[in-house]
Amino acid sequence: MKHYDVIIVGGGHAGVEAALASARMGVATALVTFRTEDLGTMSCNPAIGGLGKGHLVREIDALDGIMGRAGDYAAIQYRLLNRSKGPAVQGPRVQADRSRFRHFVAQEALATERLDVITAEVTALIWEGDTVGGVVLADDNRIHARAVVMTTGTFLGGKVFIGEESFPAGRMGDEASSLLAQQLRGLGLPMGRLKTGTPPRLDGRSIDWAALETQPGDAQPEYLSFLTRQTQARQVACAITHTNARTHDIVRANLGRSAMYGGQIEGVGPRYCPSIEDKITRFADKDSHQIFLEPEGLDDDTVYPNGISTSLPADVQEAYVRSIRGLENVRILQPGYAIEYDYLDPRALTSALRLRDLHGLYLAGQINGTTGYEEAGAQGLVAGLNAALFALGREPVSFSRSQSYIGVMIDDLTLRGVSEPYRMFTSRAEYRLSLRADNADQRLTPLGVSLGCIGGVRAEAFGQKIARLEDAKAALRGFSFTPKQLNAAGHKVSQDGMRRDALDLLGLPGFDFDAVVALAPDLGSIGAETRVQIEKEMVYHSYLDRQDAQIRALRADEARNIPDGFDYTAISGLSHELAGKLARVRPETLGQAMRIDGMTPAALVLVLARLQQGKMRARA
Amino acid sequence: MDTIFALASARGKSGVAVVRLSGPRAHDVAVTICGGLPPLRQAGLRVLRDSAGEALDTGLVLAFGAGSSFTGEDVVEFQVHGSLATVAALESCLAQDHGLRLAEPGEFTRRALENGVMDLTQVEGLSDLLEAETESQRRQALRVLDGALGRLVEDWRKHLVKAAALVEVSIDFVEEDVGDFDAAILAALETVAGGLASEIAGQAARERMQTGFEVALVGAVNAGKSTLLNALAGREAAITSEIAGTTRDVIELRMDIDGFAVTLLDTAGLRDTDEVIESIGIRRGRERALQADIRVILCEGPDAPPPLQPLPGDIVLLGKADLFPGHDDAVSGLSGQGLDRLLARIAAELTSRVARDGVSVRRRHLQAMQTAERALSEAIEKLRSGAYVPELVAADIRAAMTALDALIGKVDVEDLLGDIFASFCIGK
Repeated sequence: MKHYDVIIVGGGHAGVEAALASARMGVATALVTFRTEDLGTMSCNPAIGGLGKGHLVREIDALDGIMGRAGDYAAIQYRLLNRSKGPAVQGPRVQADRSRFRHFVAQEALATERLDVITAEVTALIWEGDTVGGVVLADDNRIHARAVVMTTGTFLGGKVFIGEESFPAGRMGDEASSLLAQQLRGLGLPMGRLKTGTPPRLDGRSIDWAALETQPGDAQPEYLSFLTRQTQARQVACAITHTNARTHDIVRANLGRSAMYGGQIEGVGPRYCPSIEDKITRFADKDSHQIFLEPEGLDDDTVYPNGISTSLPADVQEAYVRSIRGLENVRILQPGYAIEYDYLDPRALTSALRLRDLHGLYLAGQINGTTGYEEAGAQGLVAGLNAALFALGREPVSFSRSQSYIGVMIDDLTLRGVSEPYRMFTSRAEYRLSLRADNADQRLTPLGVSLGCIGGVRAEAFGQKIARLEDAKAALRGFSFTPKQLNAAGHKVSQDGMRRDALDLLGLPGFDFDAVVALAPDLGSIGAETRVQIEKEMVYHSYLDRQDAQIRALRADEARNIPDGFDYTAISGLSHELAGKLARVRPETLGQAMRIDGMTPAALVLVLARLQQGKMRARA
Repeated sequence: MDTIFALASARGKSGVAVVRLSGPRAHDVAVTICGGLPPLRQAGLRVLRDSAGEALDTGLVLAFGAGSSFTGEDVVEFQVHGSLATVAALESCLAQDHGLRLAEPGEFTRRALENGVMDLTQVEGLSDLLEAETESQRRQALRVLDGALGRLVEDWRKHLVKAAALVEVSIDFVEEDVGDFDAAILAALETVAGGLASEIAGQAARERMQTGFEVALVGAVNAGKSTLLNALAGREAAITSEIAGTTRDVIELRMDIDGFAVTLLDTAGLRDTDEVIESIGIRRGRERALQADIRVILCEGPDAPPPLQPLPGDIVLLGKADLFPGHDDAVSGLSGQGLDRLLARIAAELTSRVARDGVSVRRRHLQAMQTAERALSEAIEKLRSGAYVPELVAADIRAAMTALDALIGKVDVEDLLGDIFASFCIGK
């Protein structure tokens, strides 16, 4: 019988980040997975990053996670989305070679100190009262641990649908974890069903590429990881094609044979990732839909047609795909399918992703109702860190909405739950202007250092970068100009008699670094990378000043903890409705309480008063 | 930390109104308004002026230092004359001229709690106070949504959600082939900004004009309304005679009832008539009476139905009490019977009404609309310039929606996403 501090169940993106984070924290960690070859498998589209998602990848990277580095190793095309817009809404994205990604992840997982990768099926959790004590394997072996992180993805009660056929499975070709699902259901936790779909995979050799519009990558790649300095794989282009009236006719004529439309699936699918059946039914007036043909790898002819996920029978899939330009003679390597799976209502979790009412059990990834590698990886990181902190007897770490997309996501999940698979968008972040992909390291790496999850290489690189930024800002502050001087140099500024230093100037419209260097040639020695970073910080200057006050107030409220089991019914003056809501949601801080739907400022004062009252009594 | 202010006394209840400021800028702002502060914790008589130098009122000023005030922060109290106009002018000076913020319900208390200057018994006594504030807020919100403003506000919400959703689509779903919406965004924002501007102008005008409440005397012809008015006034303001239909237009009389500035309206008696001028007078009288805050409806006899359907809060009495001895709910201008009771009932009704409505709501809404309008103007300016950063336009719209949330309801990211997914086929 083996003992670990932390066990991770599952080897997907959440599981790998959780295991590596736990190991970085210095505790003995085991990752248990069905198949070791599947570590780091991208089971859906072959891309990492994007809007909101790219932000999450940078944040994982800032905390020394693996996703950004693996993505850079696997990248066969770089695209910075929203390049023409401001830095807050730019999202780095790559097309990734599946096997390179898997290879990088597996190699690092297997080589990491204090991390054992165990190939087995977990069939049950071991309980000591309401505290988890480890896991039971299919061969009845037991592994003990102080904390367990479950990252079982769609494997819990997973069921695949292709047309009229359906069978239990976690992913095409893998078995579903039914025994574990049964035990979890037995715990009486709030569960639900969600669904997601995939498109048919195509054989690239049978695609008429010459007939299609291509989409090349960026000339200047924007890397996912703060540590990456150069492109590591050959770069390729994607292609774009479109559905047409004939495609739509074929789909429409066969809707009755679709699993989703035949009423076989009860789970809720994502609105932002509709199947081709959905697109044609809900947007009947649109006569064409865009499809991106994404290569799955350099040495792999598989092509992922992004935009036509389906649960139609295989013969209908072939018919509609072949009605599309460039795909007239295409071979389908694997038909598309829909998968329906169990998720656990994430409102049962704390901000540390621990089940509130059970000790030592953490959940991350799709099981919490999210979708996407990046969302899964970020949760895995948080769960892994917290499981390790728990094993070490240290306080949990929680992430604030004002500090990171990770904080936004976890707050959304644990406070509001999900009604469809949750995906990150930049519009979810109310402090979007300060939560940028470019400053994820400045926001989070210092926190990581204080937690102890940052390796030496990153810590040093980060320290140097900050020193360069500080030096450059000090240099900029050292040059100041009167409005008269600026006007003489051809810049229009108001004649208010105020001296402006070179950093202030970068916050004014019409000033970039070159303009500033023209005024003070000594500043020309500041390096290109540092210049870009400072320019990005100054773009939102006036807005950020306004936001800072709100952020400070929010953080003050988040610092006021509400003890678990706090009795809201004892607060006179608080309406029954609000008291009931608070008791159900169980906010951990006053900041969270404030975000509960229907909360009023006056009610918040009552809660605060009750908290203070408790303290006063304790003192008295 | 913001510096906040609020009327600390009940509005209109007494001759004196107390406006309280709390926060780091309280002393500085007060010095600008009243020329110089008296020593801490000592009252001083000062002339209060707005930033243009216009005198607002003469009143007592009291300052408290941080650590020895109700909130634990720097605090100033202005004790001014209780008229609505004076208080509104002072509040407007604090908000517009000095950029202070109207306190949220319970915010003074919250600061006191956070600064640890309340003792346990005070904390325990809080709930009733806050419950009352919450309840009054809830009712105020309902009132806004029920009224004509409600439809306008619903429209604003729709346009703002639409504009914000279109901006977000262009940010979050840039890979989808969705198109360009600058014109639609601009149109939606201009609609709301225009609506806000005219509502703000209207409100400001109403506030300037509104120096009190209107109480209309309504009754059948010759029910004794004018005699009653004259008795209340103690002087002959309306012509009274025994000939029915003497009061053909609306006669106004300003008076003070228990600290409330009240305009009494004597309206033409209600009856069917063929005389053109009189019927115009009756119609005008009826319209004006319906707009008044309270109607005192006089009935002709103990069993006569009221000549006008009373609205909630209206007072229905038997007129000419001298002719019907033994009736309590009766009043007579001639004998003076029931006059005191009528005044007391009017005062009681106004008191309960200011507690749940009053200028503070309108003031809060006005401030919200002004903030929102400024934010939208910034967004509109950016859009018109052509070259704009969409996330800043989004930030402006968000600021406007947040400022207006008491009026239009909270707009959540789910509202925007719902609109986006309903309007666009997203999903590459």
